[in-house]
Amino acid sequence: MIPELGNVALMLAFALAIIQGVLPIAGSFNGNRRWMALARPAAAGQFFFVSLAFGVLVYSFIANDFSVAYVEANSNSMLPLYYRIAGTWGGHEGSLLLWVEMLTVWMFAVAMLSRQLPRETVARVLGIMGLIGVGLMAFMLFTSNPFDRLLPGAADGRDLNPLLQDFGMIIHPPLLYMGYVGFSVAFAFALAALMGGQLDAAWARWSRPWTLMAWMFLTLGIFVGSFWAYYELGWGGWWFWDAVENASFMPWLVGTALIHSLAVTEKRGSFKNWTVLLAIIAFSLSLLGTFLVRSGVLTSVHAFATDPRRGLFILILLAIVIGGALTLYAWRAPQVGLGGRFNLISRESLLLVNNVLLLVCAATVLLGTLYPLFLDALGVGKISVGPPYFEAVFVPLMVPVLFLMAPGLFMRWKESSIRQIAQRLKWVALASVLTGLTAALAMSTSVMVALGLILALWILLATATHLAQRLGHYAAGTPIGKRLSSLTLSYWGMLVAHLGIGIFVVGVTLVKGLETSNDVSMRLGDTTSIGGYEVRMTDLQQVKGPNYVAAQGTFVVTRGTQIIAILKPEKRVFTVQQMPMTDAAIDRGFTRDLYISLGDAISDSAWAVRVQCKPFVSWIWSGSIIIALGGLLAASDRRYRLALKKNRQNVPTSVDVNSFIVAE
Amino acid sequence: MSKLKFILVVLVGYLCCCCIAQAEPAKSLAADPVLEKRMLRLTEELRCLVCQNQTLADSHADLAIDLKNQVREKLASGMSEQEVIDYMVQRYGDFVLYRPRLFAATWLLWFGPLLLLVLGFGFLIWKLTKHRTEAALEMTEADRQRAVEMLYEEPTDLKGNV
Amino acid sequence: MKRFIFPLGVFVILLGFLGIGLRLNPHEIPSPFIGKAAPAFNLSQLHDSAKTISPQDMRGKVWLLNVWASWCGSCREEHPVLMNFSRQNIVPMVGLDYKDTRVDAQKQLIEEGNPYQLSAFDEDGRVGIDYGVYGVPETFVIDKAGVIRYKYIGPVTPEVLAKKLLPLIRELNRV
Repeated sequence: MIPELGNVALMLAFALAIIQGVLPIAGSFNGNRRWMALARPAAAGQFFFVSLAFGVLVYSFIANDFSVAYVEANSNSMLPLYYRIAGTWGGHEGSLLLWVEMLTVWMFAVAMLSRQLPRETVARVLGIMGLIGVGLMAFMLFTSNPFDRLLPGAADGRDLNPLLQDFGMIIHPPLLYMGYVGFSVAFAFALAALMGGQLDAAWARWSRPWTLMAWMFLTLGIFVGSFWAYYELGWGGWWFWDAVENASFMPWLVGTALIHSLAVTEKRGSFKNWTVLLAIIAFSLSLLGTFLVRSGVLTSVHAFATDPRRGLFILILLAIVIGGALTLYAWRAPQVGLGGRFNLISRESLLLVNNVLLLVCAATVLLGTLYPLFLDALGVGKISVGPPYFEAVFVPLMVPVLFLMAPGLFMRWKESSIRQIAQRLKWVALASVLTGLTAALAMSTSVMVALGLILALWILLATATHLAQRLGHYAAGTPIGKRLSSLTLSYWGMLVAHLGIGIFVVGVTLVKGLETSNDVSMRLGDTTSIGGYEVRMTDLQQVKGPNYVAAQGTFVVTRGTQIIAILKPEKRVFTVQQMPMTDAAIDRGFTRDLYISLGDAISDSAWAVRVQCKPFVSWIWSGSIIIALGGLLAASDRRYRLALKKNRQNVPTSVDVNSFIVAE
Repeated sequence: MSKLKFILVVLVGYLCCCCIAQAEPAKSLAADPVLEKRMLRLTEELRCLVCQNQTLADSHADLAIDLKNQVREKLASGMSEQEVIDYMVQRYGDFVLYRPRLFAATWLLWFGPLLLLVLGFGFLIWKLTKHRTEAALEMTEADRQRAVEMLYEEPTDLKGNV
Repeated sequence: MKRFIFPLGVFVILLGFLGIGLRLNPHEIPSPFIGKAAPAFNLSQLHDSAKTISPQDMRGKVWLLNVWASWCGSCREEHPVLMNFSRQNIVPMVGLDYKDTRVDAQKQLIEEGNPYQLSAFDEDGRVGIDYGVYGVPETFVIDKAGVIRYKYIGPVTPEVLAKKLLPLIRELNRV
């Protein structure tokens, strides 16, 4: 009975989505106020009904209702409660419902936080989001309904995939989807602007915080995924250039280009066409990702069980949404004029270079991901494109992006001088090169490591220098506290995000250059060494978990006479799916992670064990979190919150003088 | 009671000594670590055909273990890395390589990024120079005409009287 | 204003490829041996370890090489189909017992019938690797000159037999 409630709620939401998708946009063109006014309540209604449906599905999992086919396929009565809840999005249908739920969350947020926007804009933005919702809800209701019943109900379920029975499963998909779906807001703003023919700085100011928040969620989502793979999969890798990972990385790259481009459009009124196109591309890549995971077109460890009929449906959805958006772009963009003038050497130019580079990066990832499909479709044969390719092409592309992050800070709007910037950065350059080379020599590593370190230091020191310079602008005698607090959050956001990238680059460079591993056969009492530590196996026993049995080894890690850590990796076999899984034990540290995983049993008393030392890997995680924090700070800037406080007034659509005064 | 404890202590102590005496530095899983490293480096670039989402190096599938054994043997017998790769491609096709070979069909793959970069910057430079010349022609003839009129017309009051 | 149409153009081409992609199977690995000589081997026979068998023995005939194992479930699925086919006596079929034990393999052939004219015993799987086998069952169609003409991956069904294997066999036999 209750699952039927969920089904009905979805159908009601679908009906509301159709209303929201059609009437407000039509109303924005023929001036029908009542139709336009439907947008907000329709969004609220959808949020209510989809959340209700979502709640019903979660309840079905908690209550072990195995008459719902989806619950039977993804859960089990022995599954702990928190994983039963996470199982809601463990399969195709449920994760689709999560996607739609996120869409209604963003829709509702836009509806609530858009009082200062003109009526037509709100109508169009919500209308477009509504149309996207129509497409996805249709997909769900007609091909992938999570509430399909299994009658008679099964006695018990097939259990959630053991690889997903982890804390990561609880937060990774929601964060990721918040990001993916969040780009639909920028997308909707872009299309609304094209429809209205009004593409200006005010539009950029409205879009920017939404885009920053979506980008922040996507950054966190990708980070959690990577972090999870690192400890879950047992061999210490954290990025595999897998098709689905790439599908999340591409929107992130384009999203980064977008937030920079929006900055220019907001402050200078330039790049309008370009920014709109980027907004369309970012969300299109999100949708493309959805297609790739669920259509069976590419092999991936993340792919859901597929059905060509579903693949076709999403493809048609893709054609309509993206095709429609790009057609609108082709039709209306030419009418949008040029922006403000700027010199060849200026911040605008440099940001354009940044955009081109990031877009080429994203296009390269797309090329590599789809190339096997491309060749197969042409009947040329089957090839594989994997990490060796991506690493070979991606690193050279990223080097200029990272390099330009330093001069970019010091470039002025409209007009700048290379000599001046070189002047400011010469000490930074010297310090980075010297420190980088020295460190690399001290650790006796490769040229690549040296290069990576130099770049990271270049970014970190340049960012610090810029902050110091900015702080120095105040009247002598102003206390440091006051100087710091009068810097805008937007500026802090930029600083922090750039710092995060520098830290991230240090982590990646050093892990790749310095990691070591040892595959040994160990019996009780045996020792091995790694990274200057001694590891000794002191125990091996069987432990029982809620829905698995495991062999657990106890390893004592020492340096000299001091005990550093006691690690207990496990090899689990899950009762229902009979799948073995490695649970690695990690001793995390600021300068290194010690990573121990059990392989297979070699004999009754000996086990294959892999011990690894991964220097500075935690800098990858902290760097990512700091980048996301930067996004949050920038999105929270005063000028966006001030705009919210304004009552139902139409903000003048010409460039607002205040936007020039904001310190940047 | 204390006699029993004494015996127990000696017994446990003896057992511990046995353990410690038998405890050794763990033997490397591989007979020849240098060869093993070569094998792993090679098989890290090969795709496991069974699971298809793992490298041959990381996979524990039966076929993967067989293939790794073969690679190890071949390297030990003096085959070069390239020869071993050719051996694998001969049997399983290009699908087994994670690093695609460069031949006519993969030119676009390997040179694509560079091509995109050149196109991207070409477009950028074109756009920037066009932007500058266009911006310079901001003022149209009509505007110029109006400007001249405004500069030279007789001042009037609000009612339009000179 | 052609450049504004450019993104749409690129997208349409991409869409085309994705559409075609829906009909393809990314997991299936085509055999690089099609059109090439069947790799040589000299294995002991399953039923008589004193005798050997090699592809040379089948020269001059069109024949099928079926890779199977007693531990493989799908092989059991296709077995009745192979039995039926062998009764029709169209072409000889040679079995390649892959990574199995003689006892288990012989037992299965006794219990379920033996569709093979001859069986080779590939204990360590080396010959399988030489043929690019990555999963059992797999079936090769080899012509009179010893060239591999077709490889079918997965259990053979009556449909596959009728639509893919038989027409090819008939054509090869005509030569």
